[in-house]
Amino acid sequence: MYLIELQDLVKSYGTVKALNGLSLKVPTGSLFGLLGPNGSGKTTTLRILCTLLSPDSGKASVAGLDVVKDPRSVRREIGYVAQEVAIDKILTGFELLQLQGDLYHLEPKDRNLRIAELIEKLEMQSWINRRCGTYSGGMRRRLDLASGLLHRPQLLVLDEPTVGLDIESRTAIWQLLLDLKSQGTTVLISSHYLEEVEALADQMAILDKGRVIAEGKPEDLKERLGGDRVTLKVREFSNENESEKVRNLLVNVRGVRQVVVNCVQGFSLNLVVDDESVLPRLREALDRSKIQLFALSHSRASLDDVYLQATGRTLMDAELAASNQRDVKLENKQAMR
Amino acid sequence: MTSTKAIESISSSKGSVRSDLRQETLALTRRLFIQLVRRPSTLIAGVVQPLIWLILFGALFSNAPEGLLPGGMSYGRFLGAGVIVFTAFSGALNAGLPVMFDREFGFLNRLLVAPLSSRNSIIFASVIYITSISLIQSLAIMGTAFLLGYGWPGTTGLFVVLLTLLLLVFAVTALSLGLAFALPGHIELIAVIFVINLPLLFASTALAPISFMPVWLGWLAAVNPLTFAIEPIRAAYGGPLDLGLVILHAPYGDLTGYGCLGILIALSIGLFFLISPLLNRKLA
Repeated sequence: MYLIELQDLVKSYGTVKALNGLSLKVPTGSLFGLLGPNGSGKTTTLRILCTLLSPDSGKASVAGLDVVKDPRSVRREIGYVAQEVAIDKILTGFELLQLQGDLYHLEPKDRNLRIAELIEKLEMQSWINRRCGTYSGGMRRRLDLASGLLHRPQLLVLDEPTVGLDIESRTAIWQLLLDLKSQGTTVLISSHYLEEVEALADQMAILDKGRVIAEGKPEDLKERLGGDRVTLKVREFSNENESEKVRNLLVNVRGVRQVVVNCVQGFSLNLVVDDESVLPRLREALDRSKIQLFALSHSRASLDDVYLQATGRTLMDAELAASNQRDVKLENKQAMR
Repeated sequence: MTSTKAIESISSSKGSVRSDLRQETLALTRRLFIQLVRRPSTLIAGVVQPLIWLILFGALFSNAPEGLLPGGMSYGRFLGAGVIVFTAFSGALNAGLPVMFDREFGFLNRLLVAPLSSRNSIIFASVIYITSISLIQSLAIMGTAFLLGYGWPGTTGLFVVLLTLLLLVFAVTALSLGLAFALPGHIELIAVIFVINLPLLFASTALAPISFMPVWLGWLAAVNPLTFAIEPIRAAYGGPLDLGLVILHAPYGDLTGYGCLGILIALSIGLFFLISPLLNRKLA
């Protein structure tokens, strides 16, 4: 059973193609993570879902309701927590929640009960009657979560929910999302933090250049990629010759699939191996050639490796590249109506 | 499961469309008034500025020879109508600013993802808010004008004054909201307001009658919407009110009080129909 179905979504801003045939299905009751670097189309996807944008072509539906044909019904089903928290600095948090409740047409009695419930759940008692202008980032995000949850939506959509937050707020929000999921709410988050998606999502999709390049359970994605990862250094700062020599030595060890010299990180060697049984054989090979080992680390395949495999670059590199060509003015314009 | 949940959430808000519209419009209006009470500087400035106009300009021409103005009116009394209209006009012209800031700060998006029964409630809230403020400011000025000895319009007159102001405020608020959605940002909106505001005042009959003006300026004043609001109010201040009488000698012909109000009504309706497609497109 799928709560969200997106099919061949295309959306352009002028000459920039933000979405390029994106298709995705989000199972009901899942905590779904959209992972991708900035500019990969995460926010655009969420905006289309929340009826803030219409796609140029393709179909999108929430709970069987078409986002373009029946936007008002879709809005009732969704709680949306946007990336830049838009609050009214002059109102108190309480007044903002009241306003929100009225915009979703809650009965005044029910509205006030629900507000009290969320104030307690999100521990906002001590500051909810202060003006929003005085809130810290964590407070704002909690208030925004509360206003997204006020009308008991069956889908909660969060765009980069923990960007720029302190660790404590981040942990609190993660816990809340996990609680919501266990109570049956479908949660869709976008993130460019690997750890966030790893820690939270039971289903995920990786986005790149406006398309889904991998989709499934995080473990399955890593499993499918196969192999373990080993990072190895013979000296803290090696040189290329030395590393090449070691590389030639290790390529032929049984169980080693691939060895790459990482020029960025002090010519360390990145290996893909079958499993941990290969480690003793690696040490043996180095011993035989009288090469001392400075450091060796072993890990399972990560989501970053999944991304690397599909796009040929790491998420970090993609993030850097995207931030270099970001046009903040254009982004603001896209967000504005 | 999905469909039962959907039905539940629809029935949880079982109010009719009309009561939904009332609930959301009231909530949005309430927000604007909370802002006003906590940040009253615009309201205060909006009262103080016209009072300064009234006192300074009134004093500037207080020694003008008697009988200079039509009907032997004192300049202070003549000016009062102009200042009242100008106050309501600039207040309404600024109506788009809060909406523009909501657009820029993303607060509008919060409203747009909510299942509003009609997005017109955003517009209604602005109109209710601006109209109330304009009326408060106008009444403050009328009170001061009375204390300065510039007279009071009387009961029928007061009714005409309020009606005229409502028409003007409605038309100009529509214009300003249209600009708030058509222009890219608040800098541009403020620039446009700046360019429109004072020139429209000087090219109207607020400060001097058409008979004082060179022909070209007289023409401008005679097609300026402010003039059509100023003259009925001035007439209301000028003694027993008869809207059937000619109150404006324009270069193109004479206009009665009914004529002026008719033009204002036409202007309001015209601007409304000009602007509402734009708003519907932006808010669709």
